[in-house]
Amino acid sequence: MEKPLTQHIVPGRAPLSLKEYEQVGGYQSVRKILKEMSPAEVQTLVKASDLRGRGGAGFNTGLKWSFVPMGPEAAKPKYLVANADEMEPGTFKDRVLLEGNPHQLIEGMIVAAYAIDASISFVFMRWAYKVAAREIIKAISEAYEAGYLGENILGSDFSLDMHLHTGVGRYMCGEETALLNALEGKRANPRAKPPFPQVSGLFGKPTIVNNVETLCCLPHIINNGAEWFKGLSKTQDAGTKLYGISGRVKTPGCWELPMGTTIRELIEEHGGGMQDGYLFKGLLPGGASTDFLVEEHLDLPMDYTAIQAAGSRMGTGTMIILDDQTCPVGFVHNLQHFFAQESCGFCTPCREGLPWVEKILLAIDKGEGKPEHLLTLDFHTKYLGPGNTFCALAPGAMEPLQSALKYFREDFERHIHEQHCPWSKAKVWQPSI
Amino acid sequence: MLTTEEKHKIDHEIGLVPSPKNACIEALKIVQQSHGWVSDESLKDVADYVGMSPAELDSVATFYNLIFRRPVGRHVILVCDSISCWVMGYEGIRDQLFEKLNIKYGQTTEDGRYTLLPNCCLGTCDRAPALMIDNDLYRDLTVEQLDEILEKYT
Repeated sequence: MEKPLTQHIVPGRAPLSLKEYEQVGGYQSVRKILKEMSPAEVQTLVKASDLRGRGGAGFNTGLKWSFVPMGPEAAKPKYLVANADEMEPGTFKDRVLLEGNPHQLIEGMIVAAYAIDASISFVFMRWAYKVAAREIIKAISEAYEAGYLGENILGSDFSLDMHLHTGVGRYMCGEETALLNALEGKRANPRAKPPFPQVSGLFGKPTIVNNVETLCCLPHIINNGAEWFKGLSKTQDAGTKLYGISGRVKTPGCWELPMGTTIRELIEEHGGGMQDGYLFKGLLPGGASTDFLVEEHLDLPMDYTAIQAAGSRMGTGTMIILDDQTCPVGFVHNLQHFFAQESCGFCTPCREGLPWVEKILLAIDKGEGKPEHLLTLDFHTKYLGPGNTFCALAPGAMEPLQSALKYFREDFERHIHEQHCPWSKAKVWQPSI
Repeated sequence: MLTTEEKHKIDHEIGLVPSPKNACIEALKIVQQSHGWVSDESLKDVADYVGMSPAELDSVATFYNLIFRRPVGRHVILVCDSISCWVMGYEGIRDQLFEKLNIKYGQTTEDGRYTLLPNCCLGTCDRAPALMIDNDLYRDLTVEQLDEILEKYT
């Protein structure tokens, strides 16, 4: 089984230096595009590979690039930003790539920058990734010394600068327009679209923001072709995927596997099955802002198409398991506390609605729930849904809530009828600030 | 007053962006790195240096949870309170910290040694529960390990 993105990552071992990376074929894709391909040809190849954004939205990467104005008339400088903010609760896949093989990300960023004719690039990394930041700084400096970054890369007329920006917190920074505001030294509120960042992004210039895992796929697509990339998958969605599992399984972790590996195989073979004494009750397939899936969905392939057809989203592909000894109301309460806290406060439904949802869940969790509370929660899942808010934060927050109300409604009702949490007291979510 | 070294570092960041204002978050980080937090006086110094009003800069500073606008202890403990750590039972760790340090979230020990804060997901969910102290990440935590870990930070 091919694992292009993680083949050179050995947990516990330092990442490959530039020399070592070159010895295993590193930076070949940069040599290839500079010698043999035009930016348009790179865009066409990546579009044909069906690479879709690995940050969660799943948009075709080549298509996303195609909206960037090209040619001598296009505004300059253009920017490329690697989104290494990875703050979706339950998600830890980009950390593996950043800490394990920083040169692969830099190589992917050079390919992406070349494809859109960008001359300045940033890695926007969350504050908490200290080891990753250290490795990226080291790798960027090695890449400058070797002539892969800077003026006239490898003697071509293509130039690219690269800088690391580490954030200072806030989930909002993962949203691409909020990220651009953060990079500009502003509050990380999302921006109105249009104009889209491809036309007017960082400092008002054409900008592409791509996820770390997405960028890491690029060197392999350039070297091996679109058909090879599609062939890595078990289903219609191309490539491999970094899947992860957290929660009460025997061996939680992160693995690169063919796209479309089933949920059951992920949990049972890679996660080692449920821990002794715990039963599976449900899961969030790709982070905190995805809808619950349950027993009936276990044989679904984990890809964009199948998970969406089941009413959820593959999101980041790192799943969180809900076991039978964890209260589903407490689980959702924890998530809504997070979303309410992380709302930027810019638009009213999100700013006011999420704390309201959190308060109701606290009441239900504490045994003070009323039957009409469930209707108020139902109401919020619609009025904080897509189209009613400025960005995707509140609609994302409503995904686990609406699906919990669907699959675990009896558990919510039991809390209200019995006026206490049927699970052990220790498992009631209490922020206790 | 910004020190020469701070100004030098801020100038470097200003050189990477179109306008000095765009480097304001980096400038706040630089000041926080030397003082531990951003006082009103530091805020005003930075605002003057990058050409913003103090109010405008404070609206940025207070947006980000890791820019500290109040004094913190010599070491900041960030306890992950997000979903995977909760499922794996992080409350034992939290409660033990409350008890050992005799403080709640948002408070600093009397000797100025530790500040305790909740933090959302640290991105190490397969090895929950987790916390960070300053730049160091601790994972697969048990209550029994806490004494030894805390001792490292004087």
